[in-house]
Amino acid sequence: MPFENLSEKIQYSLRKLTGRGKVNEKDIDDAMREIRVSLLEADVNYKIVKEFINEVKELALGERVMKSLTPGDQVVKIVYEELIKLMGDEAVPINLKKSGTSIVLMVGLQGSGKTTHVGKLANYLRKNNKCKPLMIAADVYRPAAINQLVTIGKQLDIEVFQMGILAKPQAIVKNGLDYAKEKGYNLVLIDTAGRLAIDEVLMQELVEIKQIVNPDEILLTVDAMTGQDAVNVAMKFHEKLGITGCLLTKLDSDTRGGAALSIRYMTKIPIKFTGLGEKMDEIDVFHPERMAKRILGMGDVLTFIEKAQASFDEEEAMKMAEKMQAGRFTYNDFLDQIKKIKKMGSIKGLLGLIPGLGSQIKNLDIDEKKFVYIEALIGSMTKEERNNPDLINKSHARKSRIANGSGRSYQEINQLTKQFETMRAQMKSLMNMDEDQMEKVSKGQAPIPGMKPSKPKKGKGKNKGGFRF
Amino acid sequence: MGLFDIFKKKKQNDTSKKYELGMKKTRQGLMGKLKAILSGHKEIDEDLFDDLTDAFIMADIGVETTLDFIEALKEDERVEGLTNAEDLQPIIVDKMFELYLKGEIVNNNFNLQKNDLSVFLFVGVNGVGKTTTIAKIAYRLKKEGKKILLAAGDTFRAGAVDQLEVWANRVGVDIVIKKGATDPSSVIYEAVQKAKQEKYDVLLCDTAGRLQNKTNLMKELEKMNRVIAREVENGPHETILVIDATTGQNGLSQAEAFMEVTNITGVILTKLDGTSKGGIVLAIRDKYNLPIKMVGLGEKMEDLEYFDLEDYIGGLFIGSEDDTDA
Repeated sequence: MPFENLSEKIQYSLRKLTGRGKVNEKDIDDAMREIRVSLLEADVNYKIVKEFINEVKELALGERVMKSLTPGDQVVKIVYEELIKLMGDEAVPINLKKSGTSIVLMVGLQGSGKTTHVGKLANYLRKNNKCKPLMIAADVYRPAAINQLVTIGKQLDIEVFQMGILAKPQAIVKNGLDYAKEKGYNLVLIDTAGRLAIDEVLMQELVEIKQIVNPDEILLTVDAMTGQDAVNVAMKFHEKLGITGCLLTKLDSDTRGGAALSIRYMTKIPIKFTGLGEKMDEIDVFHPERMAKRILGMGDVLTFIEKAQASFDEEEAMKMAEKMQAGRFTYNDFLDQIKKIKKMGSIKGLLGLIPGLGSQIKNLDIDEKKFVYIEALIGSMTKEERNNPDLINKSHARKSRIANGSGRSYQEINQLTKQFETMRAQMKSLMNMDEDQMEKVSKGQAPIPGMKPSKPKKGKGKNKGGFRF
Repeated sequence: MGLFDIFKKKKQNDTSKKYELGMKKTRQGLMGKLKAILSGHKEIDEDLFDDLTDAFIMADIGVETTLDFIEALKEDERVEGLTNAEDLQPIIVDKMFELYLKGEIVNNNFNLQKNDLSVFLFVGVNGVGKTTTIAKIAYRLKKEGKKILLAAGDTFRAGAVDQLEVWANRVGVDIVIKKGATDPSSVIYEAVQKAKQEKYDVLLCDTAGRLQNKTNLMKELEKMNRVIAREVENGPHETILVIDATTGQNGLSQAEAFMEVTNITGVILTKLDGTSKGGIVLAIRDKYNLPIKMVGLGEKMEDLEYFDLEDYIGGLFIGSEDDTDA
């Protein structure tokens, strides 16, 4: 089982202890060995793994566990607590000036995602910190890096300061900073070229840029898929520049992201942001405690709620819930939901944040493009049909018309109506569940009523997958 | 032992010198770390094997591959009766050759068609260096007298097309760009038609970086692959998975997922001029049988060399001899 994530592994190794009554040292050793392998497979630095295991084992061998009636639970608790300690106790916010121009310098290895995240961060801080950002393109080495930032700037409607590739980065940042002050920008984000930490010449360039702009934050972008060398890289950048925070990118991959643990533990640099996709709003602040919970499979509920809140307002949500409960859910509502969900980011990413679903959705085949098709199908329905889904169910003619109008196949409209009906039924039963049932579902002990656990898709045919959520 | 000797005798030419230079940036001596570990132990015991395990793990060689390797080493008949830890070194190196070669003659060369078009497809996750690698290969093949065409198939990332265009101009090769295109397959299709009509020798297709767990994007790649297969006999002739040397265990998941949608023929390991060892490619070879074709050693177009197993294994244990840590 090579591709299980860390939380599943730890859960598995500890489940064997849970509820078994007395444990002996050998049991603990066995659990520790599994945790060790699992942490190494998660790319946690081998030295940290050693220390971590030693600490956990010592605590686990204490009275509390050995004499406890629920030794497994105790070990889980210890692992969880130690893991949080490892991640840093609380979220460290970005450090911006109260007044004047704040400066964020972005540095890192090649391909770690600096340019993309300069854009994402500018967008994020504009929205959440009410900043007026300017982005400076100081990567004069990688072909078209400046174009990339300019394109991102256009997408976001954020100005980019650039002087082409013939100017020296030191001169670019100096002029860019002057420009920002002159134009009244209160936030400057500087994109720099990717470089190896051992490249003396290019590292010196960063040192000089730092001296020129005196940044409030020097953020190191780190690819979440980085292996054992992550610590080395972070240390070297830190030694030269005094990094103030990390930005962990590509966390939407299936990596277990042990690099995050390693960097935090070895360098004490806080991880401040996480990148979660290629869209410009797919960035989030880093919450160590949530991350630790996530690692242990307890789900990241708070992030989910926050994301949801940004897209749904409460009153609207209540109305929707009522509709769902009464089974009065229409295609219009459905379309509305799809749009909102799309605003929140990728479906799979979102589902992964829900406790208990983390492991279940891994094999769920979510084709986000299907939503475009659904939108097209619904777009081809008449107003009447959208408000009264039953009209379509019975009418071959209507279905044919919708299929033709949307450019999708008859099969697809058929699938949509079927899925829609099942969904309505599911919603109704879900909304009418009592707390006990809810609890079971969220712990993964019971399936959501009417929802079959999914299996990896076998067929390769175009429509075999159907619409799945 | 045989294999090791063959590689020892391999004549040192210019290319392998440069290869070493890239890797040597931080090195005090090939195998330095391995030597340090072995000389730091008097006996061959569990302690020693633990330290060896750490050294393998640190180089990002897969956990499973490492644990299997160390187990096999313990049980190797040549180890039996040995008392001096330092005597283990040739056995370890030899076993690593076996791990990679698996008794095969691994062919690094590209599958170039004689007198006909060859199409290479480059795939990988975001930020591994696909575009730069394509430029380097274009440069190398052009020097060999081939007529090269590039296809700007990364229609997604901002500036990606411009990046490849800059490289095409620098190297002096032609490029197919479809302004405003959103379907990369259509770019690939056009490039294939042009390459066939105008008798190019090699078509190198760039693709957008994609995380292997994104179903849509993997399907998009599957389609590009299908277009090439349909339009060119036996194409694509090479499908190269580009892997960043800093990649950890996720490299395995990358290899598995990309192999599912395309017929990966080999790996190019990039950014080996840094401090990362890229050991995950050994695990990839071990588990999925993918050969490493070339390694990237810098940002210039000359900085690409054929994979050299002996240098590579030496590089995995770079370190000074008194360095048992870090």
